[in-house]
Amino acid sequence: MKPFTRHDGLVAPLDRANVDTDAIIPKQFLKSIRRSGFGPNLFDEWRYLDRGEPGQDCSKRPLNPDFVLNQPRYQGASILLARENFGCGSSREHAPWALEDYGFRAIIAPSFADIFFNNCFKNGLLPIVLPAGTVDRLFRETAANEGYRLSIDLAEQTVTTPTGESFHFDVDAERKHRLMHGLDDIGITLAQVDAIRAYEARRRQEVPWLF
Amino acid sequence: MPPRTLYDKLWDAHVVHVEPDGTTLLYIDRHLVHEVTSPQAFEGLKLAGRKPWRTDSVLAVPDHNVPTAHREQGIADPVSRLQVETLDANCREFHLTEFPMQDRRQGIVHVIGPEQGFTQPGMTIVCGDSHTSTHGAFAALAFGIGTSEVEHVLATQCLWQKKSRSMLIRVEGELGRGVTAKDVALAVIGRIGTAGGTGYAIEFGGSTIRGLSMEGRMTLCNMAIEAGARAGMVAVDDKTVDYLRGRPYAPQGQMWARAEAYWRTLVSDPDAAFDAVVEIDAADIVPQVTWGTSPEMVAPVGAHVPDPAQAPNSVKKADWERALHYMGLSPHTPISGIHVDKVFIGSCTNSRIEDLREAAAVVRGRKVAANVKLAMVVPGSGLVKAQAEAEGLDRVFREAGFEWRDPGCSMCLAMNADRLEPGERCASTSNRNFEGRQGQGGRTHLVSPAMAAAAAVFGHFVDVRNLQ
Ligand code: SF4
Repeated sequence: MKPFTRHDGLVAPLDRANVDTDAIIPKQFLKSIRRSGFGPNLFDEWRYLDRGEPGQDCSKRPLNPDFVLNQPRYQGASILLARENFGCGSSREHAPWALEDYGFRAIIAPSFADIFFNNCFKNGLLPIVLPAGTVDRLFRETAANEGYRLSIDLAEQTVTTPTGESFHFDVDAERKHRLMHGLDDIGITLAQVDAIRAYEARRRQEVPWLF
Repeated sequence: MPPRTLYDKLWDAHVVHVEPDGTTLLYIDRHLVHEVTSPQAFEGLKLAGRKPWRTDSVLAVPDHNVPTAHREQGIADPVSRLQVETLDANCREFHLTEFPMQDRRQGIVHVIGPEQGFTQPGMTIVCGDSHTSTHGAFAALAFGIGTSEVEHVLATQCLWQKKSRSMLIRVEGELGRGVTAKDVALAVIGRIGTAGGTGYAIEFGGSTIRGLSMEGRMTLCNMAIEAGARAGMVAVDDKTVDYLRGRPYAPQGQMWARAEAYWRTLVSDPDAAFDAVVEIDAADIVPQVTWGTSPEMVAPVGAHVPDPAQAPNSVKKADWERALHYMGLSPHTPISGIHVDKVFIGSCTNSRIEDLREAAAVVRGRKVAANVKLAMVVPGSGLVKAQAEAEGLDRVFREAGFEWRDPGCSMCLAMNADRLEPGERCASTSNRNFEGRQGQGGRTHLVSPAMAAAAAVFGHFVDVRNLQ
């Protein structure tokens, strides 16, 4: 996993509440047995005018000019600004894979759905919760200023605007540590092998029908 | 010990290790696996040279991609076929129990877990699927996980978790005739919203919930995720215990008595405190129909499509406008005036035997309306299908003009050949009415099995309470 420490990037606004993982990456692309290559199909049904199928060459497909990520001013964006309950619905990790593959490193929203939020951290993608009022302001500033960028500092837990104003965000200490060092969860867990074995030995006595 | 909620008890029993910030290594008792969210996890295991920690904790089944007709001919779509074959191969390689596509026990992962008695009270149960919350109906802590976590559980039998806050949704009183667990679920979501349960583990309690069958409780817990909660649960009572007795994976003999004694303790203590409590009167719940593209966009069948001008705030107003545009509906249209093109009875929400009985009771002696192009019933598992056929329900559906299919997820998410065409409108017993969920441009209205059956025979939504 790519470590995340500091990131400065162009902001793209997605002004809709309850963006679900079906919208982030439609189901036909979930048939893949690979972990990469989902970026071209991110927001497929909104982004293209035709129907997307796995295995197509997306560079030849007709783009929907009204979709925000297709506007020239947002090309190369790496920070997604979103509304409440972003990532609701299916648990598909293909959603963070697609966002990451497209080039996003962070998503800022007033709230996220739990499973999606969790999946982001496993993939080097930082979900940031800021108060709805602040997010509203960032939407206005992004719209008003072409080339609007934000800079994110995970160690300091801040989001800083071009004028130098900073907003603090919360993040669990353990998640922060793992993300900053790009640590693999399985490796960390396997350091607890003795604790897991001891737990199993005890449970085997208490609830033997589970073994 | 201070009084504890059911959630506290389930959590406490599974703690392996706690980090200073409260992040907890939680032991996982059972792991359900399907073809869509597992291939990358198995690949990760192989690349790292790891093996599953406990093969007996895993039950695998293909369900999302399987065809629901002419199954003996195999899967036509090569991409779907490869995904199902990859699951078969991974289960062989790692010695995991799988019910493959041709097995008569095959079905939707959340239907077969309980049906086999693989799901039991007191367990932690995970699956790479958000509707894992279904299994909470058995007083288990059950929640959906992503693929990285699927790999993590395979490799370590554990997961890193932070404890959620607890919410009690208490529903009291008797449900009216024709009002089902699905209507309770939709009414709850309409009340608290799709993010209302975010960060919470929900326990459903009260006399209405105790009055529901296990099937009904599963329908309700299934949709806890649609209210934003990763887990929903119901305390153990006689119904829980009776349901499990004699199931293939349930404990037997001496072990059964010990297990049952433990299960009976899996209720919230009388004075246990919840972080939030929502009270609902069963008498206020009537048959529900969703009109928009989020499960919270729901109304009683006798109501009208709402007017965005009356939305509570500007974000919601824009949401409602977009939803009505997508759904091809105008404000103030009576819900009962909405005609449907297709009807889908199935999914892990409503494809169990009780659901099929309720739908068949409405269909019996009637015919599918002329404007309905396709009405289909997709049982949740091969065993549900066999049971329904033994009761003659398949004939009731077929004689009315329904298609009677083989088990799988089918048109709940349209990964196989069953799907809506752009602009088609569907009465569906599934759980998500998101844009494109049942096929690009498709329009989904979520309803109970009885309401879906009624929409099939009348061609538009009708209040099942008015039927003879
Ligand atoms: S029936 Fe639908 S919701 Fe349930 S597991 Fe299958 S796709 Fe998911």
